Amino acid sequence: MKRWGDRLFAAAASSAAALTLALMAGILGSLVVGAGPAIEAFGLGFLTSAVWDPVGNQYGGLVMIYGTLATSLIALVIAVPVSFGIALFLTELSPGWLKRPLGIAIELLAAVPSIVYGMWGLLVFGPVLATYVQQPLQAAFTGVPVLGALVSGPPVGIGILSAGIILAIMIIPFIASVMRDVFEVTPPMLKESAYGLGSTTWEVVYKIVLPYTKAGVVGGIMLGLGRALGETMAVTFVIGNMNQLNSLSLFEAANSITSALANEFAEAGEGLHQASLIYLGLVLFFITFVVLSLSKMLLAQMKRAEGART
Amino acid sequence: MSAAVAFDASRLSHHKRRKLVNQVALALSLAAMAFGVFWLIWILIETVRLGIGGLSLAVFTEMTPPPLAETGGLANAIFGSLTMVGLATLLGTPIGVMAGVYLAEYGKTTWLGRVTQFINDILLSAPSIVIGLFIYSAVVAKMKSFSGIAGVLALALIVIPVVVRTTENMLSLIPNALREAAYALGTPKWKVISAITLKAARAGVITGVLLAVARIAGETAPLLFTALSNQFWTSNLGEPMASLPVTIFKFAMSPYENWQKLAWAGVFIITMGVLALNIIARTMLRNKN
Repeated sequence: MKRWGDRLFAAAASSAAALTLALMAGILGSLVVGAGPAIEAFGLGFLTSAVWDPVGNQYGGLVMIYGTLATSLIALVIAVPVSFGIALFLTELSPGWLKRPLGIAIELLAAVPSIVYGMWGLLVFGPVLATYVQQPLQAAFTGVPVLGALVSGPPVGIGILSAGIILAIMIIPFIASVMRDVFEVTPPMLKESAYGLGSTTWEVVYKIVLPYTKAGVVGGIMLGLGRALGETMAVTFVIGNMNQLNSLSLFEAANSITSALANEFAEAGEGLHQASLIYLGLVLFFITFVVLSLSKMLLAQMKRAEGART
Repeated sequence: MSAAVAFDASRLSHHKRRKLVNQVALALSLAAMAFGVFWLIWILIETVRLGIGGLSLAVFTEMTPPPLAETGGLANAIFGSLTMVGLATLLGTPIGVMAGVYLAEYGKTTWLGRVTQFINDILLSAPSIVIGLFIYSAVVAKMKSFSGIAGVLALALIVIPVVVRTTENMLSLIPNALREAAYALGTPKWKVISAITLKAARAGVITGVLLAVARIAGETAPLLFTALSNQFWTSNLGEPMASLPVTIFKFAMSPYENWQKLAWAGVFIITMGVLALNIIARTMLRNKN
């Protein structure tokens, strides 16, 4: 009786774990099968072709892939320094009684559903961005080479820049909380030795804490990047959903993998259109898989190093 | 003599510069903190301001209206969301808890345990729209129709990794002495886990489930091509089912004023619900600790 219960329980537990694995395999398998016709028709050329023509049944994913990468890059450029600042504040500067409420406030930023970011971004943030940022920038830079091209296009608060900014707000909590956690495991002895030699707070963080937690910090950034790449609703609201790649402009409406899926998939007829959308999904899944694996490995390395040293 | 003065002066200026750099860096850090909190406050203020305007009893009692109608509410969408979120939680929680138990109690050193832990962390952050694609090909395409049940499955797949993660973490915090004491009394392993370690980690596991509910309550992407949406009330899981997030998406993108107003009311309901769940979960965990 006793043995029997044990065996049953162990079997239930391990099959639940195996189910999680099967889930991953199922997702990958169904994407590959679903994308099959498009892979056959376009091959890897899909990744470099910018034609997206449901009428002529010709598809290429470059526009969406570019949109996804460009918005995520903008998000990282904004989110990484800000998250670093937040983690620095929470670990070194904040008075004890403020640590918890501020930490929770930042974590709540991650809890706000992405559809709320989307609607707020489209109807509240977009117009503000257009009036107070885009128009002045355009007025200042028009005619200047490169910068002028970056800020051309209609300043209406919709496009790559606004999507990037909103993504940045959404990934700050993820990056900041990883950074805070790894900063906190830096041995106090190391920090105190530096302080004892007369280092300033900034020098301790920049020259002691940061090198010690390098792997963890990069892991946190990768986690944020993975989140940004796969974010759907917020981007769909503000990116403008236009399949164009004619200008470098950050103000121009564009498209991303996730927003193309969200907008077109339910209406796409079976056949090449649907298969091409699934192909895009496969590309997205592949990129996020690589980025998140990297993040996971870096964070695990950080943890191991910590274990070895204590 | 003069060399010493010059040396002192250069040291002093060096010291001044270091102090300045430090002050600038700390000021920037303070600014970054303010920057983060600023967005949260702005979003919350706008959600409340615009959401309360659209809120009325009709929101909870009437069906989603056609464009430009005088009245109408979100009753069918709220019901659909509650149904799908509830069922997905019921479905995903036991699987997630058991997998978490495996990782913490059985699989620390096994191949299956290590791989599962790795994959689970990736699933945790994987794009939710891809989960929607998977359920579309596995369920919707086979059944030839969008359905509430497909929505439930998609959401359940998002619940699982969240619950696995927290269950494993919480079980790993339970001191081994507790397990050893139980074994010493001759307790079988399944009973040690179910009656001792899981019970000791209960608050943490429930927190994980609450966070999972909060996460799927706001998920839109995986429902877009699984549950789709429905203009009418339905409790039939075989039919397309409305949900709050998908309805908000549809209404917010429309040019009709009555739809946009309802969308803001919906955003208000979701945001408050999700934030409340998060805060409850956090206080629970804190009281426990």
